[in-house]
Amino acid sequence: MEDYLSLMPALLRGLWVTIGITVGAALLAVPLALAAGLARMSRQPWVSWPAAVYVEVFRGTSALVQLFWFYFVLPLFGLQLPAIAVGVIVLAANAGAYGAEVVRGAVNGVLKGQREAAIALNMTSRQIMQRIVLPQAIPAMLPPAGNIMIELLKNTALVSLITITDLTFRGQLLRSDTLRTTDIFIIVLLLYFAVALLITAGVRLLERRFKTR
Amino acid sequence: MSPVFDWAFALEILPTLGEALIITVQATLLGMLVAVTLGLVLALLRRARLKIISAPAALFIEFVRSTPLLVQMYFLFYVLPVTGVQMSPLTTGILALGVHYAAYCAEVYRAGIEAVPRGQVEAATALNMSGWRTAVGVVLPQAIPPVVPALGNYLVAMFKDTPLLSAITVVELLQTSKMIGSATFRYTEPLTLVGILFLLLSLIAAYGVRRLEIGLQRFGGKR
Repeated sequence: MEDYLSLMPALLRGLWVTIGITVGAALLAVPLALAAGLARMSRQPWVSWPAAVYVEVFRGTSALVQLFWFYFVLPLFGLQLPAIAVGVIVLAANAGAYGAEVVRGAVNGVLKGQREAAIALNMTSRQIMQRIVLPQAIPAMLPPAGNIMIELLKNTALVSLITITDLTFRGQLLRSDTLRTTDIFIIVLLLYFAVALLITAGVRLLERRFKTR
Repeated sequence: MSPVFDWAFALEILPTLGEALIITVQATLLGMLVAVTLGLVLALLRRARLKIISAPAALFIEFVRSTPLLVQMYFLFYVLPVTGVQMSPLTTGILALGVHYAAYCAEVYRAGIEAVPRGQVEAATALNMSGWRTAVGVVLPQAIPPVVPALGNYLVAMFKDTPLLSAITVVELLQTSKMIGSATFRYTEPLTLVGILFLLLSLIAAYGVRRLEIGLQRFGGKR
């Protein structure tokens, strides 16, 4: 037991980095997903097209390739960002692209009659979106959004490959220091699992709150 | 100063990347083979009536789905040799991809199995069919075709996760492009080409999955 405790301080330091990146990227991803999802449904092609390209590019390529591209290629164009910023931005963009599809699906899932009734009541399209569509669409977005959050948490492990000392990187460092490979990776996996369970519980709580309203 | 994107250089490295792409596609197909078979086994175990069987299966599925594939890969890569199992990095990677996506496939199968009307199982019981024959002869033939598109989506997802193999020293597409990058100090062309290759192939695959979905519906996937 004491043996395991000796491994914990370093791993916990990594865990905080992982949690920080997850939270930061999630906070960025939510507005991004809403904006891109709604923009993609716009009737104006110069609004919907860029959104469609963004969503398809980030959903169609690998998250790790995206990270490497932003990490290695952007500096060549003169844009030098710290690794942690690249990590948060790319993971947010990735999750945002998946989220945009969730937003689109949920908004399209609102019954057509609801919109038609709102139009008949002479509401502006902004009012329809804010008062009729979104309040019904948001509860439908929550369960898939929770899944995307867990995907995001899992994807944060990739930032260890662009030199950020997150939980996975700490595990690797500790492995080469102590050679206690099995113990370390089991603890690392359990820590990720614990955070994922927290996210699931949080989403359940949100779902219940939206249901009672 | 060379141009921002050197087309001649891009064309020159394309064959090398093409060769690496073969490894990537190979890993995806073999990984998916593991995933669809192991996934079905996991789905059936999870539905077992004995709690001693179904509870560990459920926990395993949940655990694999909520921990990073990269760490799982490291785990297999570093821990398996300790236990005496010797595998090439590529085999280890394929196994990791397969096990990871098996957990996702298990959930897909479960949805398919649960969508089969209860009356089908009851009728099979009434006809005195054994549990095995009910599963293989009655339930699965109705449960699997409707979920094929969902499995296809995971094939695309797995394809996009193959670059993780580079972390356990497999020289696949991404690793090849990084090697070109470090040898020539030009990262723009190889990494951009890799991105475009992934985008093209996954868009084509996604289109294929959609066609398959429409085809299955026409074929009588409706219930």
